[in-house]
Amino acid sequence: MTDLQDPANRPNQPLQTAGATPAGAVPVMEMEASAPPRNQWWDVWEQFRTHKGALFGLGFFIFALLFVFVGPLIWTIDPQYIDIRARNTGPSLAHPMGADQLGRDTMARMMAGGQTSIAVGLTAMLLALFVGTLIGVLAGYFKKLDGPLMRLTDLFLALPLLPLLLVIIMLFRDQLRAAFGPEGGIFILIVFVIGITSWMQTARVVRGDVLAIKEREFVLAAKSIGTRPSRMILRHILPNVMSPIMVSATLGIANAIITESALSFLGLGFPSDFPTWGRLLFDATDWLQQNPERVIWPGLAISLTVLSVNYIGDGLRDALDPRIRGR
Amino acid sequence: MLTFTIRRLLTAIPTLLFISFIIFLIVKLSPSDPTAGLPLTIPPEVREQIRESLGVNDPVLVQYFKWLKLMLWDEPLHLIDGWLGTSFAPENGTRIISYQTRSPVMDLIVQRMPQTLWVVGTSYIVGIIIAMPLGIISAYRQYSVFDQIGTFVSMVGFSVPTFFTGVLFIVIFAVQLGWFPSVYDTTHEVTDWDSFVVQLKQIIMPVMVLGLYNASQISRYMRASMLDNLNQDYVRTARAKGLTEKTVVLVHVLRNSMIPVVTVIALNIPAVFGGAIITEQVFKVNGIGQLLIIAIQGGDVPVVQTVSFIFAILIVLFNLLADILYGLLDPRIRYD
Repeated sequence: MTDLQDPANRPNQPLQTAGATPAGAVPVMEMEASAPPRNQWWDVWEQFRTHKGALFGLGFFIFALLFVFVGPLIWTIDPQYIDIRARNTGPSLAHPMGADQLGRDTMARMMAGGQTSIAVGLTAMLLALFVGTLIGVLAGYFKKLDGPLMRLTDLFLALPLLPLLLVIIMLFRDQLRAAFGPEGGIFILIVFVIGITSWMQTARVVRGDVLAIKEREFVLAAKSIGTRPSRMILRHILPNVMSPIMVSATLGIANAIITESALSFLGLGFPSDFPTWGRLLFDATDWLQQNPERVIWPGLAISLTVLSVNYIGDGLRDALDPRIRGR
Repeated sequence: MLTFTIRRLLTAIPTLLFISFIIFLIVKLSPSDPTAGLPLTIPPEVREQIRESLGVNDPVLVQYFKWLKLMLWDEPLHLIDGWLGTSFAPENGTRIISYQTRSPVMDLIVQRMPQTLWVVGTSYIVGIIIAMPLGIISAYRQYSVFDQIGTFVSMVGFSVPTFFTGVLFIVIFAVQLGWFPSVYDTTHEVTDWDSFVVQLKQIIMPVMVLGLYNASQISRYMRASMLDNLNQDYVRTARAKGLTEKTVVLVHVLRNSMIPVVTVIALNIPAVFGGAIITEQVFKVNGIGQLLIIAIQGGDVPVVQTVSFIFAILIVLFNLLADILYGLLDPRIRYD
């Protein structure tokens, strides 16, 4: 039991087992059976740790999450509170990031805006991931659905997305506002349109992987003992396509945050009194001459968050690929 | 190859029809009323007549096919007439009219297209010019300091959205340093050297913003593609023959690596037009993207439909072009 916890004593052990059973696929399975209960995710983390950029990205992303979700508990100024004497001031002790043209504290607004931006990013990513995985798995697993679903994916890829997003938001904004309140309505609308227009890459990657996995022996074995398709997908296929899904999840967050900011920047996202990072940037551009630093904060927040998420995705891709693991 | 091209062209038609139908439906299903912007003093009967004359009350499918005929037949004819001075188009025929300006949508687009093409086109060329050597050197000296910095810079360029770089450029170069104007003046005409310098000064910021973004994307592909090729057997053969390193890299490897990169360049062009919407907004270029934004804000349905459809045509066209280019450039790929 001692050598299980100490990886240094262990490296030649799998080699011996591999030498004992020379037949094709068997040694791999035996190796896994005889190998100590090292969690697969622990291996992934070990590899992930060697990627400096990814580690930095993860660090910054956690910092950003803490800043926007725990920050308001420490920095308790209400983002809507108007301190009219402080309007258009630069960074000071009372307002570390300055105050806007109405005297609202920029740091509190950055926190509130970050909550919305990150929440939009995460939920839109989840929606896109769900749709993409569903379509990818269905198309890969059921031959009959493959043609139509992939044509649908191609069609969505050919849509002019940014114009369509703008049009949809402009047209359906008011009803959703009436139905779910000014903030909730816009949130639902933006998450929905971003999610529904960014699932295509995930679907394609997942379909390709499912097609490959479907031909493997363990699937045949599971089929031969009468596993139903639904169970087959959930128990055998999905766990094996987790890595591309996770990588596209990180890219999805980055994409959703950028799209939301772009929409807010074009004045078609969230209203001004309900800030997001994109909206703060948009509002600050009117005060470029007087207070150029107001542009920097939200811009930096968006850029660094997206950069960190992209780096996490890079590191994850390397870490989840068993061929480069251990290099 | 020819059969493939023809087959690919034929599949592009239903795609375009489907997209046009989606664009048409989204805008039609919306509750925005084209007469909402008219003065309230207009009595309801007259308002109804205006709606009737705009054809808003017809069944949706009838409206769709009327719009499609205008879009695909009448308007291109007017476009050709405008370019060549011929008169194919029917005199006094109906046209797609903007709700806001009461002028044909196609005329608006023709007015605004050159600005967009100038900015987008030069920025894409600048992007390619920056990206190519960056990708080549990064791949040739993999893991060197140059490669590390290049990869980092392209990652940053890829992550920082253009609406932030644009505003940042304005803050630094227009507000603080005062080198360049922050607004792009499209009425400016180049007549002599001085006006050319002015033009250069005002176009440099939008072009660099879009160009750096494109460069960071293309250089990533360029680097990956070069790396794929540098370890191949034919490279060793070329070196073994005694070719100079320059010939090996710049002729043998580069030509093979360009195959996927050229298709990526073609595939990205529509996305660049989409990105230009934001850049035009930042630098106040009165191009086609700004036309779209103004039309959306004003509920101008015909303009929105036409511009979106033009974007869709661009996407389908460049997808097609990329597929064909791929087959032409790489003789190993046979579609038939």
